[in-house]
Amino acid sequence: MSPQVIIEGLLNGALIGLGAVGVTLTYSILGFANFAHGEFITFGAYAALAIAAVVSALVVGFGDGLGPLSIGPALILAALFAMALTAGLALALDRLLFTRLRGKSEAISMVMASFGASMAIRALIEFVFTSRPAYFSRDLQIARPLGFGLKATPNQLALLLVAGVLVVCVHLLLSRTQIGRAMRAVSENPPLARASGVDVEATIRFVWALGGALACASGVMLGLLVQIRPFMGFDLLLPLFAAAILGGIGSVPGAFAGAMVIGIGEALAVQLAGAEWRAAVAFVALIAVLLIRPGGIAGRKP
Amino acid sequence: MNRGALLSVERLVAGYEPRLPIVNGASVHAAQGEIVALLGPNGAGKSTLIKAIAGLVPAAAGRILFDGKDLTRMPAHLRISEGLAFAPQTENVFASMSVDDNLRLAAGLVPHARRAGRIAAMYEAFPDLKRQKRLLAGRLSGGQRQMLAIARALLVEPKALMLDEPSAGLSPKLVEIVFAKLAEIRASGVTIVLVEQNARAALALADRVYVLVQGRNRHEGEASALRGDPMIASLYLGGVETESAA
Repeated sequence: MSPQVIIEGLLNGALIGLGAVGVTLTYSILGFANFAHGEFITFGAYAALAIAAVVSALVVGFGDGLGPLSIGPALILAALFAMALTAGLALALDRLLFTRLRGKSEAISMVMASFGASMAIRALIEFVFTSRPAYFSRDLQIARPLGFGLKATPNQLALLLVAGVLVVCVHLLLSRTQIGRAMRAVSENPPLARASGVDVEATIRFVWALGGALACASGVMLGLLVQIRPFMGFDLLLPLFAAAILGGIGSVPGAFAGAMVIGIGEALAVQLAGAEWRAAVAFVALIAVLLIRPGGIAGRKP
Repeated sequence: MNRGALLSVERLVAGYEPRLPIVNGASVHAAQGEIVALLGPNGAGKSTLIKAIAGLVPAAAGRILFDGKDLTRMPAHLRISEGLAFAPQTENVFASMSVDDNLRLAAGLVPHARRAGRIAAMYEAFPDLKRQKRLLAGRLSGGQRQMLAIARALLVEPKALMLDEPSAGLSPKLVEIVFAKLAEIRASGVTIVLVEQNARAALALADRVYVLVQGRNRHEGEASALRGDPMIASLYLGGVETESAA
């Protein structure tokens, strides 16, 4: 077994984790599994791709990579804009679709509605960008030795760093700020949150925006590491839900821990058993956690 | 009517389903600094009534006036800013959050400059909570939870504090402690409206009492009069319970 599994696993876990935060928060606060979350990832990646293309065409030199990275100012700007756009998409979907169903129907109608939204957004993306895979950059990056038998490309290291910073920011946001406390309160007990002076509707909107922005970050990361294609987010749904459930629905640190387990597990499976076993990891983890500890690692209720 | 009342609930109709009202035209008035108890048999709609006043159950008809303002359609979180605080019965604290975070959450409605001061004041009033401030609220004892729920509601310096069965699940000794705290809170000028199953404790504390049956006012009057009236006491505060169970 090569220690390279660690790098692959961490990267994989980081991008699953960024997506799983939104899943776990919307699941716990709104009480349904949002299947359209995968499309937030896809939409975010394509939005960043389109904006980066425009910015590099307009500003000379912005399309070039910084130092050894293939990531340049154009993509950084584009990623930030795309995060805002994806937050907007999540808010728009909530406004157009989920607010109308909230409180009036069973969770299953919300799930079905999200499934429909997922297909509609994916089809639109495919219509505009075609189903041919796209890339942020065609530059080939050479992995450099890091010691201990590990190798990583400069892009991989930068993405790990960015993901780490985002994780810390989300953790601080949830644990130290008023909106973070409000999110935890709404996720535990909405009526009590209202009785404690929390504007539940505003908090829900914030959760959608945060989940969307982080999904976009995950999509950009996946686009840089692999490729951009219309099914990229949908194919990530199973690992996302596995990570969220493994970590305990509603727990952000749990979702990241779950994502790392799934991410490293997938990397191990690829190396030990072959790439075709990759998808089995999330399934096995999901079944195992539902059998052994249905509340998840950090779950509130067993 | 009742021009001196801080809280006037007039012929309120409320329930979880618009077509199945649980509160059927109940009226409640509470003057500044008064303790008002809502009593009645199980299923009388007391709890739904107090939740409707807090804004957690929608009102289908009637009016809720508080301090000269009509709150009938106001969202729950804004009613607190008007000075009407509520401590629910069960799950009255955020179990997954620390005691400190429970208070900080409620402090969100207090202007920024005064937040730390208000939290400190609550720790002073409830020293038990201060000792446990890092503990998850879910690990508190029943009495401490009730104290945290009351502290959370009082943090915003409300004009009125509403409580849904503050004695629920507490030992007689703890009920005494909680009710002594409520007397103290009233002494500071806060109006208290509480729902109670424990009629004896409520009658001992309250100034005035409303007895609700099937979502309507059945009797109202001075608590002192009811204390000495075994007929009413057995009819509405004990006797009916066994009847309705049959």
